[in-house]
Amino acid sequence: MYTIELATRLADRVYEYWIRAPQVAQHARAGQFLIVRLHKKGERIPLTISAVRGDAVRVIFMAVGKTTEELATLGAGDSISDVVGPLGKPSEIENYGTCCVIGGGVGIASTPLIAKELKEAGNHVIGIIGARSADLLILEDEMREICDELYITTDDGSKGVHGFAADVLKKLLEERKIDRVWIIGPAIMMKVTSGATVPYGVKTYVSLNPIMVDGTGMCGSCRVTVGGETKFACVDGPEFDAHQVDFNELMQRQRIYTTQEKESLERFAEHRCRCGEGGHHHE
Amino acid sequence: MSDRPVDVRIKDFREVDCGLSSAEAVAEAERCLQCKKPLCVTGCPVCIDIPAFIREIAESNFSAAARALKEQNMLPAICGRVCPQETQCEGVCILGNKETPIRIGALERFVADWGRENDPSLPETAKPTGKRVAVVGSGPAGLTAAAELARAGHAVTIFESLHEAGGVLTYGIPAFRLPKDVVKAEVEQVLALGARLKKNHLVGRSVGVDELLGYDAVFLATGAGLPAFMGIPGENKNGVYSANEFLTRVNLMHAEAFPEFDTPVLHGARVAVIGGGNVAMDSARVARRLGAKVSLIYRRGEEEMPARKAEVLHAKEEGIEFFTCTNPTQILGEQCVTGIECVKMSLCGLDASGRPSPEPIEGSEFTLDVDMAIQAIGTSPNPLLVSLIPGLERGWKGNVVVDENGRTSIPHVYAGGDIATGAATVIEAMGSAKRAAAAIDAMLKGE
Ligand SMILES: Cc1cc2nc3c(=O)[nH]c(=O)nc-3n(C[C@H](O)[C@H](O)[C@H](O)COP(=O)(O)OP(=O)(O)OC[C@H]3O[C@@H](n4cnc5c(N)ncnc54)[C@H](O)[C@@H]3O)c2cc1C
Ligand SMILES: Cc1cc2nc3c(=O)[nH]c(=O)nc-3n(C[C@H](O)[C@H](O)[C@H](O)COP(=O)(O)OP(=O)(O)OC[C@H]3O[C@@H](n4cnc5c(N)ncnc54)[C@H](O)[C@@H]3O)c2cc1C
Ligand code: FES
Repeated sequence: MYTIELATRLADRVYEYWIRAPQVAQHARAGQFLIVRLHKKGERIPLTISAVRGDAVRVIFMAVGKTTEELATLGAGDSISDVVGPLGKPSEIENYGTCCVIGGGVGIASTPLIAKELKEAGNHVIGIIGARSADLLILEDEMREICDELYITTDDGSKGVHGFAADVLKKLLEERKIDRVWIIGPAIMMKVTSGATVPYGVKTYVSLNPIMVDGTGMCGSCRVTVGGETKFACVDGPEFDAHQVDFNELMQRQRIYTTQEKESLERFAEHRCRCGEGGHHHE
Repeated sequence: MSDRPVDVRIKDFREVDCGLSSAEAVAEAERCLQCKKPLCVTGCPVCIDIPAFIREIAESNFSAAARALKEQNMLPAICGRVCPQETQCEGVCILGNKETPIRIGALERFVADWGRENDPSLPETAKPTGKRVAVVGSGPAGLTAAAELARAGHAVTIFESLHEAGGVLTYGIPAFRLPKDVVKAEVEQVLALGARLKKNHLVGRSVGVDELLGYDAVFLATGAGLPAFMGIPGENKNGVYSANEFLTRVNLMHAEAFPEFDTPVLHGARVAVIGGGNVAMDSARVARRLGAKVSLIYRRGEEEMPARKAEVLHAKEEGIEFFTCTNPTQILGEQCVTGIECVKMSLCGLDASGRPSPEPIEGSEFTLDVDMAIQAIGTSPNPLLVSLIPGLERGWKGNVVVDENGRTSIPHVYAGGDIATGAATVIEAMGSAKRAAAAIDAMLKGE
């Protein structure tokens, strides 16, 4: 059993949990993830390791379906049946010069660890974090602290630059030399944003989020096509060279279980109504 | 002993083979000639004293039989169910020349099941030696080594990356052949000998290689879990599974009980399964139980199928349609699978493995309308951990190179089971683990 030490609601449907998992915390590096299974009937779902403190790891997730909704009903002191990690390869951190770390929506969760390790390796780190609107923007203070420069974008203009992270990135690329770019967010956002670095030939990493089961390279559920080759995102990734990734296939494979996901979520919502469970014990 | 009727069993995941009653077991055991030089023992990869436990059954001493068996094999209820006895002990039974061989597998299962319910006593363990041994992986190889080493008094820690122990026994072999409470009970017995299980620990990630090599001895039993894909067009369409994924969703995650359990699996109406081994038969029979009409596609003839004969028979009884001497060339569909294009194969000459070598017949292409495809064409040694251990010698298939006692190129590191041999069998994994455990014990005792 793995105990939730702290549970906070960061924005609408977005939660920050600190989970005690020493074997994960002791080895976690930027770019890696963990898999949780809430209880014996639960699904195994991957979540990025967003920060580490002592024996605890932080995950930040958006409640989008059955498992994440159910996770959101838990609070500090509750426990989770299984946590395994760190999984996947760590980010390729080196001193490249100037690096840009971009997070979109809940993808911002992955950015602080990457930015921090890049900074420690001696890079000049530029952060760009974007959300639909100001109230959905997360980790702004933390990123401001780590990065040398931080840009904020919102789709509706309620904060920072009115527009997308790709707009800021394009402008930066025009003005100066950027050596490496990381982009983490929804597949469509990574596809569009990474397009901006193609003309400049800047190596760009994206963190892919296909549907996973074991997370150890045993099932192939997470397979993605990169540079024409089949790769298993859970062990060969999750970070890959953006310019080689078949994003359309990724998005197609994310939709395999749309019908079942809907059924499962509706059943859960109904069950909660019947049990009168309100849910949140968050601070 | 009888199988449950087809029309009933294809609607659930309960065990197909009902096993022997005690009267049947005694009658079967009485047929045994108690050979002076028993061939069955030579046919057994772990050299179980088969006539001895059969004699006890014949005399209705079930407790004694169960104990005798457990002295030599900590997973008897599993072996009794999944070993290919027809090519091992039963294959060489002298009675096979005239009548049918003794049903050794069925007797082993009978005694093991009897013992589980009536006599949970354990073999004795030696005094603690103070030596620490790490076992990586909790499949049959890891469990066997852990049991042997715990009995020898060593402090054994088993690391398992999944949330349940058992390896393929848990995530691969379906419950209708190997009920999961049987696996759980035998795992519990190994733990009762004193081995400690750390689930959710992926060695190489959750446990560092330095930490691992810090144990007095290490036994690598990480299996051959890496699924192969054919490399034909259309393989990443929605509805194409590796057998490992399909079986894991059902056996480990209980997707057959979705939405009661949270993990989904697609229920194809018409499913193609590619392959001819046990894994293909299991996938076909699981898909059948999820309601599909199933076609099995195999590139060689039925005689060449590596699956156990009994499983081929069970699959046929359950209405699986066989397309032998057939190979898929392409998976059709926009985003989701709508069909599979195949070509007929002719068998000519012999290939490196001594089996007929299949060649496509020009112009014999045809299409099967299916909405799901499962590839069961093999797996290879799990590369994750072994590629992280510096100086560990590996063969061309990615397997860890070992001598006959499981020694690797690193002095205190041993390996056994599928990680050393490539995909093989439960009993071979156990046999190699037993030999390695003996060598580890000797090393730790400074012999
Ligand atoms: C390596 C990796 C790291 C991830 N890190 C985070 C994270 O830090 N925070 C976070 O909120 N989410 C993260 N995800 C996505 C997260 O795993 C999914 O949101 C989760 O599995 C949804 O489960 P559910 O049962 O709540 O929803 P479901 O009912 O399964 O799905 C609901 C919706 O989410 C989409 N979805 C389902 N699975 C995934 C997936 N694996 N990736 C993307 N979308 C998916 C579905 O298409 C559907 O629209 C990560 C995914 C991967 C592969
Ligand atoms: C569907 C199917 C049906 C089969 N049917 C039969 C049959 O009827 N009869 C028969 O004799 N054989 C059968 N086999 C083959 C048999 O199951 C295997 O040969 C046997 O399980 C190999 O045992 P193992 O202990 O070497 O590995 P596995 O059983 O593969 O176990 C390896 C374990 O190690 C874990 N692991 C891997 N890497 C790590 C790591 N880095 N850290 C921690 N844990 C790790 C894995 O999660 C797994 O649990 C079948 C196989 C399959 C897939
Ligand atoms: S999730 Fe199973 S191989 Fe990646």
